Amino acid sequence: MAEPLFTPEEQKKFDAGIAEILSHYPPDRKSAGMLPALRLLQDLKGWLPPEGMRLVAKHLEVTPERAYEVASFYVMYHLKKPGKYVIDVCTNLSCALWGAEKMLAYLEDRLGLTAGESNEKFTLRETECLASCGTAPCLQVNEEHHESLTKAKLDELLAKLT
Amino acid sequence: MATTAFEPIISGAWGQPKSWTLDHYRKRGGYEALKKALEMQPAAIIDEVKKSNLRGRGGAGFPTGLKWSFVPKDSPKPKYLAVNADESEPGTFKDRYILELDPHMMLEGIAIASYALGVHTCYVYIRGEFKFPAERTQAAIDEAYKAGIFGKTVLGKDFQLDCYVVRGAGAYICGEETALLESLEGKKGWPRLKPPFPAVVGLFGSPTVVNNVETLASVPHVFSRGSDWYAKLGTDKSGGTRLVCLSGTVNRPGVYEVDMGTTITQLIFDDKYGRGMPAGRKVKAVIPGGSSAPVLGADELDVALEFEALKVKQTMAGSGGVIVMDDSSCMVRCLWRVARFYAEESCGQCTPCREGTPWQTRLLRKIEEGRGEPSDLELLSNVASSIAPYPPIGLGNTICALGDAAALPTHSFLMRYRAEFEAHIHEKRCPFGDKPWGAFGDWS
Repeated sequence: MAEPLFTPEEQKKFDAGIAEILSHYPPDRKSAGMLPALRLLQDLKGWLPPEGMRLVAKHLEVTPERAYEVASFYVMYHLKKPGKYVIDVCTNLSCALWGAEKMLAYLEDRLGLTAGESNEKFTLRETECLASCGTAPCLQVNEEHHESLTKAKLDELLAKLT
Repeated sequence: MATTAFEPIISGAWGQPKSWTLDHYRKRGGYEALKKALEMQPAAIIDEVKKSNLRGRGGAGFPTGLKWSFVPKDSPKPKYLAVNADESEPGTFKDRYILELDPHMMLEGIAIASYALGVHTCYVYIRGEFKFPAERTQAAIDEAYKAGIFGKTVLGKDFQLDCYVVRGAGAYICGEETALLESLEGKKGWPRLKPPFPAVVGLFGSPTVVNNVETLASVPHVFSRGSDWYAKLGTDKSGGTRLVCLSGTVNRPGVYEVDMGTTITQLIFDDKYGRGMPAGRKVKAVIPGGSSAPVLGADELDVALEFEALKVKQTMAGSGGVIVMDDSSCMVRCLWRVARFYAEESCGQCTPCREGTPWQTRLLRKIEEGRGEPSDLELLSNVASSIAPYPPIGLGNTICALGDAAALPTHSFLMRYRAEFEAHIHEKRCPFGDKPWGAFGDWS
């Protein structure tokens, strides 16, 4: 028998979360809850397992294909299980002027990964603008911003993660 | 982050302890403007906003009161307010500070706008990467509900208003107002063909106003001190102050509140703002209004950071993102970075944008790496023109303005820095060698 998607605790959180999300929209517009519902699923499981997306679709009264269509459009949804820490490095213009390309190369070297690759512990990605242009260079680890990064500060951060 | 301001209206409380709380906001006179507005007729509120000359701060600069007046008064459908907090244009990071440091100012603007428009549900659409700003905003909304500002009555008035935060999931295009509405409806962010405009057919097919965070945060000031006072702060066509975001090669990047007469030169060199260039560096180029705004050369910077003045220079005030490049920066590489952004963020709906933006990026990479041929510059120009010809600004071949945004930088960089592009091709290498990003390229 297949393992259930959620633990009892997770199931409780998912049910309460879906009910809260649906309360924000007109009753005939359940599908509007797609983005928050997918986020809820990802917060619980760390990614969007297909059976989870089917469940979201069922609650929102849409087809599973619709859930997949939305999930695959936005870069913050993980369709595959990522590493424990997802590191997004901004290399857009303002950050690049403060050395972000070299910071990314340093990270690739330290983690043994090329941007776009994952291992069990890390997913490293090059991203487009995190709105930290005044505190460049910047990256985020699992949606937490780290700004004005020097090599020393980045080493300190990596020491915490490893 | 430095926050020195000339006439601090929006940023006045930044840096003060707990500036984001309801208590702090009320001690500064917060929600008094809402009380005044609730005593007025909705039509009179819209007239006051019109008189204030408040223009949208999201990028397009459309007059706010006029936008509000487009909402049909006799529609049997519910009306909606959608707050555009999907700040994603490279070089722009101002709305983030409002959400983090003074969210109640925006919430008060939401309440006034909702009452004026007959809106009972507001969605604050915050870009997905803004976890902390979203948490701060939600906490402020929770405070507002507890204090009777939102909920079944607004400050005791027989008027119901609910306000919800919705986080995006990483798509720049969702800052385009119709894409934002699609995303709010739980779909991928594909812009809609206009007309009909959202004021008539918006969220769930109902009349909807989409306003930027800074725009709504400006609204309480129109009522607390009057539309005449607010209008006098700006120019004839644009009232109030502006938040501008200074980034790139300057000594003190940051968000600064300026009056409409402040020039780019002042912003970069004044001690109140950027405090000049790093030692030994000169300004080479400046993008004045977010990455989509046509670039200006070093000899064009004595221009006010204001909608009309920048338009005269064939560029735009846009989202307030001023990016400074120094004299050791490679313009081909800078443009490649910008082009790459638009290629990554194109939604793929329109062929010129879907095909053209990656083509631009590939050509620029080829030129930067010294593999360019003389015909590539003409080709690059043609590809950009296929997405959006230049000039005019804003009449591209795509459904939304992302196509314009992708083509404008290419046209303007090619126009102003053509010799640098040609040098790459003739020398078959980047003339800036291994330090193409200038003084700060050596990250350590």
